[in-house]
Amino acid sequence: MKNNILVIGGGPAGLEASANLKRLGYNVILIEKDKQLGGHLAKWDRLFPDGVSARQTLNALLEEVSGVNCFTETQLQSINVLDKSYNAILSNGITVLADAVLLASGFDLFKAEKKEEYGYGIYEGVITNADLEEAFREKKLPSKQPQAIGFVHCVGSRDEKAGNPACSKVCCATAVKQACEVKEVYPDADVYCFYMDLRMFGRHYEDLYLKAQKEFGIRFIRGRVSEVAETADGRLQVKAEDTLSSKPLRVSLDMLVLMAGMRPSESGKTVGRQLNLTTEEDGFFSSADNLLEIQRSKLPGFFYAGACTGAKTLPDTLHEARSAAIEIDRYIKEKFSEK
Amino acid sequence: MIYEGKKKIWADYQKEIPEDHYFYVRSCIRQSFFPASEATFLDITRNKLGKDIFETKHHTTCGGIAYHSDAIPQETSMTIIARQFALMKKYGYENYVCSCITSFGLYCETLETWREYPELQQKIADNLWKSCRLEFAKPKFLVHASDLIFKYRMQIAAKSKFKLVNQKTGEPLRVVEHIGCHYSKMFPSKGVGGAEYPYVLVGMIEAWGGQIIDYPERRHCCGFGFRQYLIKGNRGYSVSNTHKKFESMEPYKPDMIITNCPGCPYFLDRWQYVIAETQGKTYGENGHGIPVFTYEEVAGLVMGYDPWDLGLQTHQVSVEPLLDKMGIPYDPAKKYLGRNGKDLGQPGKPHCLK
Repeated sequence: MKNNILVIGGGPAGLEASANLKRLGYNVILIEKDKQLGGHLAKWDRLFPDGVSARQTLNALLEEVSGVNCFTETQLQSINVLDKSYNAILSNGITVLADAVLLASGFDLFKAEKKEEYGYGIYEGVITNADLEEAFREKKLPSKQPQAIGFVHCVGSRDEKAGNPACSKVCCATAVKQACEVKEVYPDADVYCFYMDLRMFGRHYEDLYLKAQKEFGIRFIRGRVSEVAETADGRLQVKAEDTLSSKPLRVSLDMLVLMAGMRPSESGKTVGRQLNLTTEEDGFFSSADNLLEIQRSKLPGFFYAGACTGAKTLPDTLHEARSAAIEIDRYIKEKFSEK
Repeated sequence: MIYEGKKKIWADYQKEIPEDHYFYVRSCIRQSFFPASEATFLDITRNKLGKDIFETKHHTTCGGIAYHSDAIPQETSMTIIARQFALMKKYGYENYVCSCITSFGLYCETLETWREYPELQQKIADNLWKSCRLEFAKPKFLVHASDLIFKYRMQIAAKSKFKLVNQKTGEPLRVVEHIGCHYSKMFPSKGVGGAEYPYVLVGMIEAWGGQIIDYPERRHCCGFGFRQYLIKGNRGYSVSNTHKKFESMEPYKPDMIITNCPGCPYFLDRWQYVIAETQGKTYGENGHGIPVFTYEEVAGLVMGYDPWDLGLQTHQVSVEPLLDKMGIPYDPAKKYLGRNGKDLGQPGKPHCLK
């Protein structure tokens, strides 16, 4: 009889892990709280560094999970630890006796309105990275040519005041990608990126950064935005500091894009509370070991993949999902071959 | 501007303000610059609204100006503050209301420091006992006097004789609100509406019929900034900050400015004279400035107090254009008469500012 594996979360990590577990011969039950699978990937338009379609990437992941029992709009109602397995009751009324559980609850975007000084939800022209992706995806960008557009990096990341001293890892590359994309749509607009440090660490990320400067003329300003206000003609007055020239700066923009970072997901926290899963200071779940057992929790048979253990890029997330599938396979073989 | 977004933020920064029974402490600066404002506060709260607001002649300065000028160490200002709180307890009160924003900020800072460093609190309690033989106490509720007027704004509106409305056009008056930096910029949760979009003065203006102006330099300092003014050589910074604010608000054609800090109404008022004399520039209509008020003065005008009893003749910028807009009667001949009709003399007239 095939062992049951419960996967919580139908984003990229949950999908990729499910596909691999299915290939390894397990009976996978995947639950997703939203109507559709895909997590944040389903809401994105294009992906850094190459600008590939998020939809095509998601479709490729979805193809691989055919045969997996997927329940959308379903959450974990309750879960009990048994001797060698987990008894999970789902919100759709189904009970699953799982020999292993994989938590792939991902992240929530930082609520940009918490950085009140940036005016998200107050000024029409202030949007988030997710809003801009939606505008690209739905082809709803303003038709009126903006004169100037700004991107604010590290919104709710590396910010102790916002309760998150950690880097969200994806915002720099996303900002540079989106800056190039808006410049393609509005070639005459001045585009500014306000950054603390540019963390373009991945393969081809640095190329993207150079391209943004050389081909698109994006202006990179090393300094944080201090406040945003609205001018009499409805534009945005943005104050910042250019720390390289040690000068305060004031610029009028038509659109300001806030790069909202990653926070632990509320749905993940709900699961964590049921099993008393430990978290680190940043609120993300703690792995059994941060080097050798990243996919393992401190509970036997309970595993993690993706951004539930901290901010990750999509390639990192997919690697972790594959790695988690291998770890689960190893655990099942060790645990259930004892008989 | 998405008004609903602001309301959402305001909902997050609600502050518990008890209805009644307060120990009141005055402000050193306001007693000098706007003495009638404090008298009006006491008259409105005690006599018009029937509240129990107690004050004693034994209270002193909070030491804020000396503290922020590095003239006294923090422990000294904390001991002064501990004495104020001890007087509150001695007279049987647990709600503390202060007239000054500098004091309010320093009280918040002190209470927060004591919370974080209990050993320092104990040391201050010891200092207090040794120096004054008073028992250490902390207020159950600390509020600024503008918090109380905000709390009573609808009661004031119910007793109002005038509205913040242009009587000729029927349009709401266009009002710039300016909170003192030390009201909520240091501790956003201690101010009504927080620091970025404070509601304390907005709530009064909305309740009394006016319309708030949101201009780009709304958050900018009035220009006082302590060292910007207290050190003579820095006063250029002070006036240039004020100038920046007026240049930013000018396109919105404000009818008036309302403030809740001792320094802000003074500097926003007096520097208009300096700007007019040095630059030849005025920001009001027909060569006038934009009149600047304390919240008590605005409450007093709305409730029908005589403008000269409110001390509006001590302002640099003439208030008559605003009184005319609101339809408030006044006797120009009595403008510079003191108590019992004593002639106070006429101030010199500026060249540019009417």
